[in-house]
Amino acid sequence: MSSKTLLVIGATSDIAKATALVFAREGWDVILSGRDATALEADAADIALRSHQRGSISARVLDILETATFAPFLDSLDILPDVVVCAVGLLGDQAQAEVDPDHAELIMRTNYEGPALLLGHIAHRFVARGSGTIIGISSVAGDRGRASNYVYGSAKAGFSAFLSGLRNRCFKAGVHVMTVKPGFVRTRMTQDMDLPKPVTAEPQEVAARIYRAAMAGGNVVFSQPVWRAIMTVITAIPEPVFKRLSI
Amino acid sequence: MTTLSGWGRYPRLDCTVRFARSERQVADCLGAAPLIARGNGRAYGDSALNAGLTLDMTGCDRLIAFDESDGILVAEAGVILGDVIAALLPRGWFPAVTPGTKFVTLGGMIAADVHGKNHHKEGSFAECVLWFDLATADGPVVRCSRHENADLFASTLGGMGLTGVIVRAAIRLKPVESGWIRQKTIPARNLAAAIEIFERSLDWTYSVAWIDCLATGANMGRSLVYLGEHAKVQDLGPAQRKDRYRTGRRTSRRVPVDAPGFVLNAYSVKAFNALYYAAGKRAAGERLVDWDSYFYPLDAIGDWNRIYGKAGFAQFQCVLPRQTSPAGLAELLDTISAAGRGSFLAVLKRMGPQDSVFAFPMEGYTLALDFPVSPDNLRLMCALDEIVLRHAGRFYLAKDSRMSAEVFRQSDPRIAAFEAMRAASGASERFTSAQSQRLRIR
Repeated sequence: MSSKTLLVIGATSDIAKATALVFAREGWDVILSGRDATALEADAADIALRSHQRGSISARVLDILETATFAPFLDSLDILPDVVVCAVGLLGDQAQAEVDPDHAELIMRTNYEGPALLLGHIAHRFVARGSGTIIGISSVAGDRGRASNYVYGSAKAGFSAFLSGLRNRCFKAGVHVMTVKPGFVRTRMTQDMDLPKPVTAEPQEVAARIYRAAMAGGNVVFSQPVWRAIMTVITAIPEPVFKRLSI
Repeated sequence: MTTLSGWGRYPRLDCTVRFARSERQVADCLGAAPLIARGNGRAYGDSALNAGLTLDMTGCDRLIAFDESDGILVAEAGVILGDVIAALLPRGWFPAVTPGTKFVTLGGMIAADVHGKNHHKEGSFAECVLWFDLATADGPVVRCSRHENADLFASTLGGMGLTGVIVRAAIRLKPVESGWIRQKTIPARNLAAAIEIFERSLDWTYSVAWIDCLATGANMGRSLVYLGEHAKVQDLGPAQRKDRYRTGRRTSRRVPVDAPGFVLNAYSVKAFNALYYAAGKRAAGERLVDWDSYFYPLDAIGDWNRIYGKAGFAQFQCVLPRQTSPAGLAELLDTISAAGRGSFLAVLKRMGPQDSVFAFPMEGYTLALDFPVSPDNLRLMCALDEIVLRHAGRFYLAKDSRMSAEVFRQSDPRIAAFEAMRAASGASERFTSAQSQRLRIR
């Protein structure tokens, strides 16, 4: 019996690693991809041990900013994966982004342009095959831009819209596209932030939700149900009021 | 700045916290300011607190390799023991020495030189440690083992993080035939009876006693002694044999709020103890228990430290040499029951011989119990300190949150040599904790 394969993009992120582990424990083969080959190899060994080596775990180098390498990267995989999770993200520094256009551009390309172009390549191949699931990890920050992180937020907003459009396009071809919108999650990205415990999820929690939703064909998944409610409120605030807030 | 504490939630300290997820990041943090490494924060007191810099190592949590031929696991220091069990028990391996909670990091286990219910037979965690890589005061990460940097190896085991930052380690697990434990419960009507049971059960791998620390008179020290062995296949029932290592998910509860201060008082604890002892007597005999319930009973209650309320609690754990144990334990229990204080978590274990540079265990009996933090209880614990000193015992630093520097120095003749080693290696400038400052360890 051949196992199914998961490709994780941006695999050194905490949510990505936790998600890779959930799939590996269910017997999937997993390909971890990212820029840091050493870290990826170490993560692969760790996931293999934690999942009782039910599937094979391997690592491949991929830089989300190197658009020209996307097609060769996909060609180099032994098979076309069944599920792809794109967990690439860069929070960056809002204050720096406001004064340094290079930093702003890095945030925008890393969170929107790179992932969207790569997933576009993958969607093309999945549609040709007639099957597959694409999971993009966006963010609640994309649901509304706010002063404290709108460069990141706007890039995620672009990514969310891309995923939604891709979902619409791919539906008829039997390819499923899922958007994950984490709220607060306790990860390396947020380690210096003081997050309120009741609405902060652990990466393992988010990973379990991603797996369940992926198997059930979910469309838009939040890291915790409360965040759907929070964002409904946030997006409903009229603009004349919102522009005065400091959140 | 984050407010940190140990498991007893006393004391609490505002600390600057940095996270290290790799050896390089550990090196980056080794600057001029002294620091202490922190694992999962299960030490009860201030062993893993440093206001200036607390280095959170829980992100250094990868399993690296496992060798089936000898049960050696290589892993980063922030790996949680519970995750080791989850990964390797299904393949027939279990930690050779485990403390009473699985929510500890490997680095923390080494730094505290933890012990379990099998110390009398298999020694402390040090017996399972082959080597570790230690970030030292002068910068480089060095491999420490019994053959390489042996002095540093010996003083780091039980060195409470005061010799450096453990980055990764190789530890030995033991092969087991199942995830079940054959448990025998023996009621003991008083302390002398409990000691007698321990002494005649030294061939059992695991032994521990729950003691009613409030029983008085003829019942003083009445206990339930639990003996244990890893169950072999032939000990299992047909249902268990189908999947020897899967013992079912244990339901866990969480203590959602801090209990008010009056919940644990002399009456409630006395009543609980009486009921618990009676229930234990009825259940005397042998039965199969799953590994999680046998080794980690309290882990089932998430945040159980909240039962003690906002003020937190202080753990008292001492070890007395074999010869002085009967008299010393009797005096400790007399003092506690006379004061009407104590908690329902009072545990007695028999320890085997151990000769270390700084670690806690010695041959004899170790008693551990908790007290809600209050001025009266802190005074009581000082009185208990004096009893331990008079009986040539010493104290477990992983549990201590309030001992005085004078008592500590009187309790342990090895301190000066440990301090000399720290001075020579520069560790005294680089690695300090709120505990080492309180105890005035140079």
